[in-house]
Amino acid sequence: MYNQTEIIKDTSELGADGELVINMGPQHPATHGVLHLVVTLNGETIKKIEPHLGYIHRSIEKMCESLTYRQFIYVTSRMDYLSSHINNLGCALLVEKGMQIEVPDRAKYVRVILSELTRIASHELWLGAMAMDLGAFTPFFYAFREREMITDIMEDTCGARLTMNYIVPGGLMYDLHPDFQKKVKAFITQFKSKVTEYEDLVTNNVIFQSRTKGVGILSAEDAISYGCTGPVARASGVSCDIRKIYPYEVYDKVQFDEVLETAGDSFARYMVRVKEMNQSIRIIEQLIDNIPEGDFVGKTKNVLKLPKGEFYTRVETARGEFGVYVVSEGGTTPHRIKFRSPGFSNLSVLNHISVGSKIGDLMASMGTLDLVIPDIDR
Amino acid sequence: MFSLEGITTNVQDWLLMKFNPTMALAIECVIVILLSISLFAILGLVLVLMERKVAAHIQIRLGPNRVGPGGMFQTVADTLKLIMKEGLTPDKADKFLFNLAPFVVMMVGMLLLAPIAFAKNFQIWDINIGVLYISSVSSLSVIGILMAGWASNNKYSLLGAMRSGAQIVSYELSAGFAVLTIVVLTGSLQISEIINAQQNGWWIFKGHIPAVIAFVLYIIAVTAETNRAPFDLAEAESELTAGFHTEYSGMRFALFFLAEYINIFIVCAIGATLFFGGWMPLHIGNWEAFNHLMDYIPSSVWFMGKTFFLIFLIMWFRWTFPRLRVDQLLNLEWKYLLPISLFNLLLVAVITILGWHF
Repeated sequence: MYNQTEIIKDTSELGADGELVINMGPQHPATHGVLHLVVTLNGETIKKIEPHLGYIHRSIEKMCESLTYRQFIYVTSRMDYLSSHINNLGCALLVEKGMQIEVPDRAKYVRVILSELTRIASHELWLGAMAMDLGAFTPFFYAFREREMITDIMEDTCGARLTMNYIVPGGLMYDLHPDFQKKVKAFITQFKSKVTEYEDLVTNNVIFQSRTKGVGILSAEDAISYGCTGPVARASGVSCDIRKIYPYEVYDKVQFDEVLETAGDSFARYMVRVKEMNQSIRIIEQLIDNIPEGDFVGKTKNVLKLPKGEFYTRVETARGEFGVYVVSEGGTTPHRIKFRSPGFSNLSVLNHISVGSKIGDLMASMGTLDLVIPDIDR
Repeated sequence: MFSLEGITTNVQDWLLMKFNPTMALAIECVIVILLSISLFAILGLVLVLMERKVAAHIQIRLGPNRVGPGGMFQTVADTLKLIMKEGLTPDKADKFLFNLAPFVVMMVGMLLLAPIAFAKNFQIWDINIGVLYISSVSSLSVIGILMAGWASNNKYSLLGAMRSGAQIVSYELSAGFAVLTIVVLTGSLQISEIINAQQNGWWIFKGHIPAVIAFVLYIIAVTAETNRAPFDLAEAESELTAGFHTEYSGMRFALFFLAEYINIFIVCAIGATLFFGGWMPLHIGNWEAFNHLMDYIPSSVWFMGKTFFLIFLIMWFRWTFPRLRVDQLLNLEWKYLLPISLFNLLLVAVITILGWHF
């Protein structure tokens, strides 16, 4: 019944003494998807983390090579599904840049407003999921209350709640829903009155602060050398907001601050995202009353053909820099395509920032990296 | 709920009239066993539903509201599902210990029921070392958890069980010292005497600052002892999937789940007994009319009311706070709670010797 040698052999399958290897994932509550982390532990202390990828690889880049320039945009909704609108925007910008398509002002304004709404929705989901990783369930429902309003706006406008597919090269697929402005304003009022609840429930909580402060510290040098972008890099003091550095659409016309923190720990990453939500609200407020009248889509040919050459555009998604690189041979489909996804680079620092900390710290670090697995695997 | 006073004596008198004393005792044992098992079942159903409703209202949603009026039979349906599920035993688990562990955890809960006074003169066993008995038996539950963690032959379970071991052994101290505060004030370990000493005021009011400190320490310590959030490191589902009961399914999982709620009920019942006077009604000084009015409320209602208030408090914690990290958990106990409890014990000893309490 009880075979001691057998049990001991099974629990210490690794060579070095005191080491314990745990397969966290592909099915694990904290990896939020099919990420597989091979974690080497010494007691509770982490010695090594090795991410194993490929569980949700769909070879989106290869698929895009057989899709036309109108079609390939919508596959990118399935990469970083929380910033699908911004992904679509990046691809549309590339086609417009390559073919010199004029985009009407109305489309530009709406694209930016929807991008910022997407960013808020993504950060809201992250806030809830991260608090859940740290063991607090309630913030999830509070965050989803506001996120729900955004998804409702998206549903009215684009017909979908998660994968919007609203952008076409040259503008938008349809015109705005008549209620759009009213609903967005209602959302802004609701968000501003409720954001203090997050402060009370999460930010000012002693346990939350002690779980995140000084945990998973990433220095500015490391952030640059690992290729981190977005809130992860900005929390380490690296200025990398594409909206500021290479403004696209109407970002050069609006006033907003690039949120920077210097601590580089999990709490700084948390604060960057929370403050970014407020900045996004600021951008929307400036644009929502000034959406110009006119066409919502520019004049384009029926069949889009990019001239021969190489094209690259980048946009700032909720997770960082999203780059699209296309090699065209002049046909109706891309010859080669490569996406630069922010999640992949951000995941690569996980081992660096977690070695020597406890398992509980891994949840804080991983939560604040804001990983979306289909974005990493593509 | 009515006053249960006198039922026990009537039953005993009747039994002694009909049977010889040994037979009467045997029949009483059977009655007590049946009663405590049915109490367990009812408590499990009520507390799980209460937890879900409390959580729902804290989380701006409605909670179960489909099965029965107001979702009353939701937990019955869940339990039926769990009973009908297959209880898997992992291939390389230590089968004997694996199957024993849930029952050990349950057993501890049942043993702890013995000295609790549910109403006036309604107590299974008024043992003269009641408080000592509670402290010693409650620490046995860690054996069941360690057993489950080790026998599962699963790394998550093992980590969860080790965390739980460290946690329960540490927080046992604070809980013990908090209880000792009341023992020093009362001068007795017997539950009935502790309750009777609170006839003219509950210890939380009479005991000055030390009793309040002891109550706060007690609530923190028992939250940790019952593995509830923010101290639910043994289960920590975002870190260890489900901790020590990862491999359990079906009714064996349900037993762990039930044991958690039974333990909450018991620690809250003990807390209510020690600090809020158990079944003793609220009496304020010389307000004769008020005191008489309070006496009309049955003692069982008083006891259940106080207990469920404390249970609500513990549920409130769970749905508000994030989880602590394992080293922070141990720091909190050894660096803060333990020194405070030792100092508090000293303070209460001085107060009792000088006779400063009411």
